[in-house]
Amino acid sequence: MKYVDEFRDARLIKKALAEIRELAQSSRHYRIMEICGGHTHSIFRFGLHGLLPSNVELIHGPGCPVCVLPMGRIDDGLALANDALKIARQNPERKVVFFAIGFETTAPSTALTLMHARALGIDNFAVFCNHITIAPAIRAILDSPDIKLDGFIGPGHVSTVIGCRPYEFIARDYDSPIAVAGFEPVDILEAMVMVLRQLKGGIAKVECQYKRAVPWDGNAVALQAMDEVFEERPHFEWRGLGSIAQSALKIRREYAAWDAEQTMPIPGVCVADPQAAQCSDVLRGLLKPQQCRLFGKECTPERPIGALMVSSEGACAAHYKYGRHEPDVVTLQ
Amino acid sequence: MSPAKTKDSFGDQQIDMAHGAGGEASRRLVEGLFEPAFSNPSLATLADAAVLEVSAARLAITTDSFVVKPLRFPGGSIGELAVNGTLNDLAVSGAKPIALTASFVLEAGLDVAVLRQEVDAMAGAARRANVPIVAGDTKVVENGKADGMYISTTGLGIVDSRIELAPQRVQAGDRVILSGPIGAHGMTIMIARAELELQADIQSDTRLLSPLVEALIDRVGPSLKWMRDATRGGVATVLNELARDSGMVVEVVEESIPVEDAVRGACELLGLDPLHVANEGQFIAIVSGDRADEAIEALHQAPGGRQARVVGAICEGRVARVVAKASYGGTRIVDMLIGDPLPRIC
Repeated sequence: MKYVDEFRDARLIKKALAEIRELAQSSRHYRIMEICGGHTHSIFRFGLHGLLPSNVELIHGPGCPVCVLPMGRIDDGLALANDALKIARQNPERKVVFFAIGFETTAPSTALTLMHARALGIDNFAVFCNHITIAPAIRAILDSPDIKLDGFIGPGHVSTVIGCRPYEFIARDYDSPIAVAGFEPVDILEAMVMVLRQLKGGIAKVECQYKRAVPWDGNAVALQAMDEVFEERPHFEWRGLGSIAQSALKIRREYAAWDAEQTMPIPGVCVADPQAAQCSDVLRGLLKPQQCRLFGKECTPERPIGALMVSSEGACAAHYKYGRHEPDVVTLQ
Repeated sequence: MSPAKTKDSFGDQQIDMAHGAGGEASRRLVEGLFEPAFSNPSLATLADAAVLEVSAARLAITTDSFVVKPLRFPGGSIGELAVNGTLNDLAVSGAKPIALTASFVLEAGLDVAVLRQEVDAMAGAARRANVPIVAGDTKVVENGKADGMYISTTGLGIVDSRIELAPQRVQAGDRVILSGPIGAHGMTIMIARAELELQADIQSDTRLLSPLVEALIDRVGPSLKWMRDATRGGVATVLNELARDSGMVVEVVEESIPVEDAVRGACELLGLDPLHVANEGQFIAIVSGDRADEAIEALHQAPGGRQARVVGAICEGRVARVVAKASYGGTRIVDMLIGDPLPRIC
């Protein structure tokens, strides 16, 4: 299958692994964060974590509920948003509210939907906007004093929209390498090679491994639609990371008529995370999922307590699903 | 002496779709509620069919309900499924079918042409399998219920005297044989529901498995140790049941599992693992290592068995489970299906 098989090629995987072993100096420990939950999922799905040298450690990042979209899901998101608009048109006597979530990956489809709603004059439709932006979350991680990282594997899907430029501060201000990667095993390992090569050479820059999908400057049409409809929120509350400045989008005044927050009463409910669950430490890479006291006991994918066990791309769900037992040494003759 | 009734351990508060998906929740329901309540040795094996000793004969009996939506889909329909599905449960239990019964739950307002089409499909499938449908029942429920029709079938068969299928017979070195490419039925239904607005040239693999099973029994006889058809919950769930019931590690080689390109593509797009997607025409057989080549040869010569292959082996291990290996060395745990395999929304 095109765009899949060549990135799961055993020979290329072995070659990249050999390169990683060669680049990783034995005297040093490397902590590389994969920001995106989709990468976490792939790392376990393909058993990559067990193939890395012991001094190269992958730290799961703040996840990314929508960054984990499989290929083509961006179209699905658009269809879904259009469906909400369709439902509103078919049921003029009822108010339809679309619950919009996700990073810049899905924000453009919400923006286009709002532009359509305005153009068509549909007044029984509103959006409850919960879109967030990726760069401030990465900055929050970098500013966190208890997290030490050597480099990043940059998220793939969100970068198809925003490009690579928004990550430049990571290299410039924090002297940390980052390589934006695709979601197949070869993609992830190649990005690790890029990061390790920068570390060896003592440089820090943004590299793009996922060139087949990510233009350096992003998707101009999508960015323009976002700019037309959204503006930054001064603050937004993140699960596990707390309040982060300018880390989310809100609907501009011009589109207020379709903004649930500006036209409908929002209760503003606050729900505390379950105390026993250590989600926030796992989210920030301070704890491995299996180090949480509830992991695999009270908290399982069937009966999740914390958010990270819910989504199939949550770090805990990925650990539970694919890696909760270290594999035995077994061989096929 | 009747077996002591074990305690009902089903802790769930309500029935969800996942309880019918064939995975972990279905297992909890069956093992936690039904099995303790009905407790008896024939049921306790929780195999595809129960085996009853009657005089000198071993009879196999199995029952299944069909609630598929839509009623017709590329490659098959509910009527054909209702016959083949039950006959396949007998086949993988090593039994030759003697008779079927059929119960219909029909929705008031159902077009008789639709019913006739499905009855014809059932008659055709039964005729091809040379099994009579000997008894039946009909109920009609209010309009708006039962999605047109539900069908339940029960099958009775005689277990082949040449074989003894039991998970306890499975041992290290045995081979895992898969009858053909996986995932086609589940993906066909998902696409046929048209909720995904996805189009793909895929059709259900629904078929009668007895020709393949008979070819296998004729060739390797008692070296065939265990079989199960990989329906709801997919190959992953069947292999997990095998690991648990045998106490062994089941190791599969990821690249050796055949998946048609269109099915693979649809799975990639929806974030599904083909190992968790339902089949209606594939089964897993465990054959001792020294007879695996012959088993494959026999399947290849049987109609529809050209793509059968060895996909793994049984190994010793600390914890009974299913492990998938890739040729580059990557290893992962293959779990039972959790929940319902709907495409994730985020």
